[in-house]
Amino acid sequence: MWEIIVQVFPYAIAFTVPLLITALGGLFSERSGVVNIGLEGLMVVGLFSSAITIVNLEKFMPGTAVWIGLLAAAVAGALFSLLHAFACINLHANQVISGTAINMIAGAITVYLARNITGSGNIHIVHGLVRRTVPVLSDIPVLGKLFFTQTYATTWLVLAILVLSWFVLYKTAFGLRLRACGEHPQAADSAGVNVYRIRYIAVMISGAFSGLGGAIILVTYSGEFNGTVAGLGFLAIAALIFGQWKPWGVLGATFFFGFASTIANVSQAVPLFANIPGILLKTFPYVITLIVLVMFSKSSQAPKAAGEPYDKGKR
Amino acid sequence: MKMELNKEYVLALVAIVLGLIAGSFLMLLTGNNPFQGYYFLIRGGLMSIERVGNTLATATPLIFTGLAVAFAFRTGLFNIGAAGQMLAGGLCATAIGLTFAWPKAILLPTAVLGALLAGALWGFVPGYLKSRFNVHEVVSSIMMNWIAYWTVYYVVPGYFKGPYLETESRKISEAASLKVAWLTKMFNGSYINLGFFLAVVAVIIITFILNKTTLGYELKAVGFNRHAAEYAGIRSNRNIIVSMMISGALAGLGGAAFYIGYASNIQIGVMPSQGFDGIAVSLLGANSPWGVFFAAVFFGLLHSGKGFMNAMTNIPPEIADSIIATIIYFAATSILIERSWDRLKKYLRGAK
Repeated sequence: MWEIIVQVFPYAIAFTVPLLITALGGLFSERSGVVNIGLEGLMVVGLFSSAITIVNLEKFMPGTAVWIGLLAAAVAGALFSLLHAFACINLHANQVISGTAINMIAGAITVYLARNITGSGNIHIVHGLVRRTVPVLSDIPVLGKLFFTQTYATTWLVLAILVLSWFVLYKTAFGLRLRACGEHPQAADSAGVNVYRIRYIAVMISGAFSGLGGAIILVTYSGEFNGTVAGLGFLAIAALIFGQWKPWGVLGATFFFGFASTIANVSQAVPLFANIPGILLKTFPYVITLIVLVMFSKSSQAPKAAGEPYDKGKR
Repeated sequence: MKMELNKEYVLALVAIVLGLIAGSFLMLLTGNNPFQGYYFLIRGGLMSIERVGNTLATATPLIFTGLAVAFAFRTGLFNIGAAGQMLAGGLCATAIGLTFAWPKAILLPTAVLGALLAGALWGFVPGYLKSRFNVHEVVSSIMMNWIAYWTVYYVVPGYFKGPYLETESRKISEAASLKVAWLTKMFNGSYINLGFFLAVVAVIIITFILNKTTLGYELKAVGFNRHAAEYAGIRSNRNIIVSMMISGALAGLGGAAFYIGYASNIQIGVMPSQGFDGIAVSLLGANSPWGVFFAAVFFGLLHSGKGFMNAMTNIPPEIADSIIATIIYFAATSILIERSWDRLKKYLRGAK
């Protein structure tokens, strides 16, 4: 049993990390009052731009190329999310329709461009990140084996971003303003907060984080761009709800989902899990999200103004 | 009222034109001639009777999903779950087609009915959660999409897999298919099938329900203002469930049209793009059934012509999806077009 958990753990973490960073991005956007169901598309944009960057650079500098790729993905995600921000914030567009458009544009245009470049529409990278064991810490009994052996550097990066996000959201003036924009933008405005600016920043953060999430998939476990992230962006939305729009809740939810998905993927090979039907494990995150939504329907922590365009003239 | 309707169509047309312009920029960006591209795209969709048939066959599931989204919109609901409802319908129809060995006259209607019911069930869940627990239908239908996706992913290889491939079901027999010999022959071996006529019937029935029945009136009233409707004695909770079920049933029929009509088996690991294209179709068609019909045929043309265009030029087929996606974005931001339109009118009036 222990052996199996130790075996599965690195994969579960690898799967959790992109989900976590994307859901965190969604958290910023939704807490500021903009629903972003375009996370999936923003991940694809990140995946694509990191793949292009890495493929072109890895001949000259195999090690650094990966990190430049990650940076490129975050920038591309942030820029692409401007489309969503402009539609939702300035034009008061339906945020769900705009998000859907983002998903479709991202999926179509990246494959279109990739086909022009490679012909097949797939882009493979040669050098991804290497799993490393953290010295000293990996010698801690139990925890060392689980958390500090065979880890990717991106895992630590994302955890650092998580802590930083929590700090920014709950301990800084900016965070307070951002949350106020998501709960009661009129009140925030009358207190002198520039609602439009805050929301723009929040949506761009969600774009940058999702882009990073897409790129992390590339440099850790997938190694190729093929035009899709197979619903991980939607899974991140589910995790955001399950985590009740809170950073630590999101961490718990994404880990839960990551672990369930990993077990579903390896259940054929591991006798212990072979008895659990894969269909239950794979549908589990979505079913549980529905149940959570029902359970919290009376006391939901959802930002009150999420999905509402902010209209200065409205009281 | 008539003025407003006209404005909606103008906005839809502007969105299409902007989408096509964006498409030509993409073609230029990759060093292709947009005029040539569009020429081959349209020829690819219309140049022979067979290709016209294929265009209509490609449009068929889009008519259904577009109707599904539009119908829910009329009740103020956003059904983003058409993809999952299509999968549920398609899986059910395929399962019936592969399980029973009945004559076509019984088997085909049963399979279609199965698809309708499965889609309705998939729509019922978000509808029920919305009316009973006030759970937002967008989130719950996204969840239902992925539940359907993973259900197909495990059920097909488990029970209906073919002799060689794990990733798709066996092909259904001729008796379970919406394709019929006389129609295929009439269109020179095209994919067109009975689904298209089913879609036309659906358009007529939905027009009738929305405009001529008490149910349609109530649904629209709930869509305009839920509280006002309730004040007038309309049970909005019941109407929300009914609306989502009808919407789901339409998308489920779209699943039948696609999986046992256009195709003859169901593949795993694919979220049908028609579900999301349905949102574009509905927006372009200004949520009216006949508007949906023409918007779907237009998108069908883009999709069925893209292969030919790809063969004649260097333009990748994804250009069609890019154009459709851009059209949705422009439709969503139509307020920008509206504002510029008003400004232009004011300017022209000032010039006089």
